[in-house]
Amino acid sequence: MASQEAALLVRAAPRASRGLWRDALRRLLRNGPAIVGLVLIAIFVVGAVFAPVIAPYDPAVGNLMNSMKPPSLAHLMGTDLLGRDEFSRVLYGARISLTVGVVAVTCGLAFGMVVGAVAGGAGGVLDAVLMRVIDILLAVPGILLAIAIVAWLGHGEIQIIVAVGVSYAPIFARLLRGSLLALRETDFVLAARSTGASTPRILLRHMLPNALTPMIVQATLALATAIIDVAGLGFLGLGPGDPRIAEWGEMLTDSSRFLQNAPYLIFFPGAAITISAIGFNLLGDGLRESLDPRLKR
Amino acid sequence: MLRFIVRRVLGAIPVLFGLSVILFLFLRLLPGNPAVAILGQHATPQLVAQINASLGLDKPLYVQYLQYVWGLLHGNFGASFVDGRTVASTFLVRFPSTVELTVGALIFAVGLGIPLGRLAARHPNGWIDGAVTVLSLFGISIPIFVLGYTLVFIFGVELHWLPAIGQLDPRLNVTPVTHFAIIDAILSGRAAAVEDAVAHLILPSIALGSIPLAIVTRITRASVIDVSNEDYVRTARAKGLTEKRVDDRHIMRNAWLPVTTVIGLQVGSLLAGAVITETVFAWNGVGSWVVTAIENHDLIVVQSLIMIFALIFLTVNLLVDIGYAVLNPRIRYG
Repeated sequence: MASQEAALLVRAAPRASRGLWRDALRRLLRNGPAIVGLVLIAIFVVGAVFAPVIAPYDPAVGNLMNSMKPPSLAHLMGTDLLGRDEFSRVLYGARISLTVGVVAVTCGLAFGMVVGAVAGGAGGVLDAVLMRVIDILLAVPGILLAIAIVAWLGHGEIQIIVAVGVSYAPIFARLLRGSLLALRETDFVLAARSTGASTPRILLRHMLPNALTPMIVQATLALATAIIDVAGLGFLGLGPGDPRIAEWGEMLTDSSRFLQNAPYLIFFPGAAITISAIGFNLLGDGLRESLDPRLKR
Repeated sequence: MLRFIVRRVLGAIPVLFGLSVILFLFLRLLPGNPAVAILGQHATPQLVAQINASLGLDKPLYVQYLQYVWGLLHGNFGASFVDGRTVASTFLVRFPSTVELTVGALIFAVGLGIPLGRLAARHPNGWIDGAVTVLSLFGISIPIFVLGYTLVFIFGVELHWLPAIGQLDPRLNVTPVTHFAIIDAILSGRAAAVEDAVAHLILPSIALGSIPLAIVTRITRASVIDVSNEDYVRTARAKGLTEKRVDDRHIMRNAWLPVTTVIGLQVGSLLAGAVITETVFAWNGVGSWVVTAIENHDLIVVQSLIMIFALIFLTVNLLVDIGYAVLNPRIRYG
């Protein structure tokens, strides 16, 4: 282990470092699993963005004469009860899952970071109060909190975003606060303080940039669970609630009655959720390794 | 140690208090009047007012809250708006199913995860390690309901090896005594009933246990690899101890600590996962109850169940922390 590290150092030494982010990017691009993850995500992003071009049929319009047809050349993934093309619906479903997942995690991240930065930066009573609120939110298991929020706010994409975002925010807040607390006593922060830098300046310029990497990793991994949670809400009947919108979780619930006759209606949306989650999990693990070279699997 | 335990128990009280306030306000603000939900299309203003009065919904909010907390402290969670039964009585009937499911999932996750993790750690980056890594990646990426339906389709619908849904074949006429399907089946004294109850538990346990399985496997692997690189393991080998003895006495004893902690922390995700698993497999547990209560706007039930889930979650986390402090003498909490 130690000799490996030494070898790495020797090899790395002659090359001038091009900064943390470029080094990390280079390591990321050499990380096989992370590339696989990126490719999987790219496939879904392209599918979602170009859904109107790629999709052979309108995802909302079906032909009842064509109900529940197994996969064929005309309908790559078959058709559902209403005769709608399953492939087009899976493609359009990627739009909902990816946008809702990404926006929800971004909101959770932003909110969590503000709370975490205030708590970790200010300390004292404010920190104690904020952390108790976080404790309360964390005491309710994740998806249950999201379920309760959607039940409260009603159906709709915005409601799902709020629900998933709120259930993730405390995780980010606690993570950032922890990193900031650890950084508070480091030499470079003490040095900045001794030169008379103001607290907001120290927080924003010295501490936050050094606390970012675990947040990036956690956010990427959270995207995987967010996509699963969004589909889970849809599965429980708490999805967008608009039958014209194709959502992977709702598609699964609608088809669960036909498991015996039309298993493909479960398989394709299920595979879409799983593969996109695998993509974000692989990318997240790859980011973790490339942002922290000391950490080897 | 006692001081640490007392401090942790006291620390949980403000969390529960805060949660009770939030839940109370949160669910009072739910759109839709429960009286209207109960009466349906028969709702007239008089009837709505009558129901509101009988449920205490016409009193000021703080009175309603104080009554609610007073009830909680006496183990009285209130009654369902829908069927009029007390939350406590329905909970006692449904909770055993959830416990059975959670224990089944934990047995699956731990029973398979620890050997898999140890196997993968034996040759890090070998092909077995690779296969185990892929399996655990799959485990954390596949949603419970997707895995659940896949298992039902393969083993229930196609192969007919295992029952697809439910907990006990109703034709067996097992009298519910404890409401634990397996224990009731044992009490009935019929081998066929026990076999049936266990068979019904297998698929839901696998579906619910897939995420904990992946996590337990990863942690076991990482922990065993970590400990294997310690000097004392090399010393043990140098003394000429057999590989099995090094494994059992020197590596595993030290690798257990993070593994047990992580197992304890899975209970929260298992409770949350039970909501979906019970819905897929049509189990009459607490998880599927949450879903029906939300569909029916059954405020008291939703509020009480979230409170109970949080209470279980906090209790388990507390036990994990205490267990950690007991197991690890290097950690001294003030």
